Amino acid sequence: MQSTHGGGSPALSGMLAPLEPSPPVDRIAAEERAQSLAKRSIKKSAKVAGLRLAIQMMDLTTLEGSDSRGKVSALCMKARSPSPGDHGIPSCAAVCVYPNLVPIAKEALAGSSVKVASVATAFPSGLSALSVRLDDTRRAVDAGADEIDMVIDRGAFLSGEHARVADEIAAVKEACGDAHLKVILETGELGSYDNVRRASDLAMYSGADFIKTSTGKIQPAATPPVTLVMLEAIRDFYFATGRRIGMKPAGGIRTAKQALHYLVLVKETLGDAWLHPDLFRLGASTLLNDVLMQLKKEESGAYQGDEYFTKD
Amino acid sequence: MTQRRQVGSDRRRPAAELEPSEQLGVAGPARLGVKKTWKLFLGGAFVRSESGRYLVTADGNDNYPHASRKDARDAVKAAQGALSGWAGRSGYNRGQILYRLAEVMEGRREELMESLERGGASAARSEVDAAIDRAVSHAGWCDKLQSLLASSNPVAGPHFGFSIPEPIGVVAIAAPDRPTLLGLVGSICPVIVSGNVAVVVVSESDPRTTLVFAECLATSDMPGGVVNLLTGPRQELLTPLAKHMAVRALDLWNVAGELAVSLERDAADNVKRVSRREADESAWFDAERGAALTGIERFVETKTVWHPMGA
Repeated sequence: MQSTHGGGSPALSGMLAPLEPSPPVDRIAAEERAQSLAKRSIKKSAKVAGLRLAIQMMDLTTLEGSDSRGKVSALCMKARSPSPGDHGIPSCAAVCVYPNLVPIAKEALAGSSVKVASVATAFPSGLSALSVRLDDTRRAVDAGADEIDMVIDRGAFLSGEHARVADEIAAVKEACGDAHLKVILETGELGSYDNVRRASDLAMYSGADFIKTSTGKIQPAATPPVTLVMLEAIRDFYFATGRRIGMKPAGGIRTAKQALHYLVLVKETLGDAWLHPDLFRLGASTLLNDVLMQLKKEESGAYQGDEYFTKD
Repeated sequence: MTQRRQVGSDRRRPAAELEPSEQLGVAGPARLGVKKTWKLFLGGAFVRSESGRYLVTADGNDNYPHASRKDARDAVKAAQGALSGWAGRSGYNRGQILYRLAEVMEGRREELMESLERGGASAARSEVDAAIDRAVSHAGWCDKLQSLLASSNPVAGPHFGFSIPEPIGVVAIAAPDRPTLLGLVGSICPVIVSGNVAVVVVSESDPRTTLVFAECLATSDMPGGVVNLLTGPRQELLTPLAKHMAVRALDLWNVAGELAVSLERDAADNVKRVSRREADESAWFDAERGAALTGIERFVETKTVWHPMGA
């Protein structure tokens, strides 16, 4: 395998701005702030508005070895029309699937506003040769994916080969063409908030359109403090370059309450501009039903049972 | 001071009330009693009401939680979580666990009796005896009810027709006010023997007995969430339970008048099974009726399967 790092790499020279050392993260303060923001009480009409927004921001995800054509098309139907017969419920932002299922999703979503996102670069490990990962990405884009979720090489990152990680992200970005690139940091394997901050900066300076917490295959996945650290990195990047980068927490977000909590984090850290599906996504598979149940409960006054909602 | 039966410990009485001979250390200062914090029993854990509200018992000696509709929601959630595990156990194993509950109640009978006395009931001993026996009777039903309620049906055609009893799911119970303990055990057991899980709104008049009973549940082998106990006003708790789409049946004891009508109306939304029964205090002591199979049959769903016979 040919080495891709080193000073002469064309990808590294394509970085958007010189990458300065990342500021240290105060662990206690980050956790405390994330916790204090979780205490907001959001009720009635504000809750309904927040939950509708959460549906619009949702990347409905299925990433299992047992995924089939049938399961993916059912999921696409659900993303188009989360609650059939209830016209007030908006569509989801995207459906996230493995690359081989992109054509099925593309077909099922034709004519709708729902995007097709595909994990690529040898997801979930991301440990194949770069050429394989780039090929994986190109195939997904050729098959019609609007968004690519790549995963960084944590081994390289943790052993200090930051330039190599940056090069690889830039190379994948190039392979994406017009497709949006979401860079998965897999924060559960990074070990510290300082590393999360560093990886966020690295990804943004290398051309990421979105930074994303996790693959969903590793525990812990998305947590509020990790999300807060990443949101602050996005804020600082915006102040430094004027570019707005999106954020996608994924994995472990199962309840409507958690979803509202993430929206509060975004609003308090980045402001209203980021409260939009173009700049914030929630990666989830079981969250949608809970949100639908909460919306129905607000409407009818009765607590809901899950057997009255479609299983995806 | 009035004559008092010396049953169990007096640790809930303020030390100042204790007679000198009862105090620890004759010369030293009187010992302050350690009072118990009465809590709800949800999902196998003792929790305060999420609302933070408390009610005071009629004698003014104790506070107990004033559960809210959100506690009722949490109780249903806990029950839902326990359903597949409880229903999936063999009847024999459920019987073992119910018998274990009776064993633990026997071990705590002094405390149960004391709590009943404080609630004002007179014949505490016979009620505790009857309640323990009721649990034992139902323990015996667990591995027999399937044989008795199932049938192989005669059908005209080349098919087998089987009917088998299955649990309904989450059942919300309004336990009778009196007898406090026997009414509680006698209304819960017929529901859970078949694999159902229960959310119980307990006696409003004196909930202390039910809280001692909760400690029996917690220390027997009953999985958390199978029985969930809520204390507070009946109307406030039963209404959200009757509306809750995940609750499959209502078992209402001595609920009458407007409340009963509105609960039945709310229950109609997802076609809950509603059982409304009136029973006076003495009727609960009838061991024959109290452990009858008909009481269990009310809360099973009969599934009938048609199967073609071989060629």
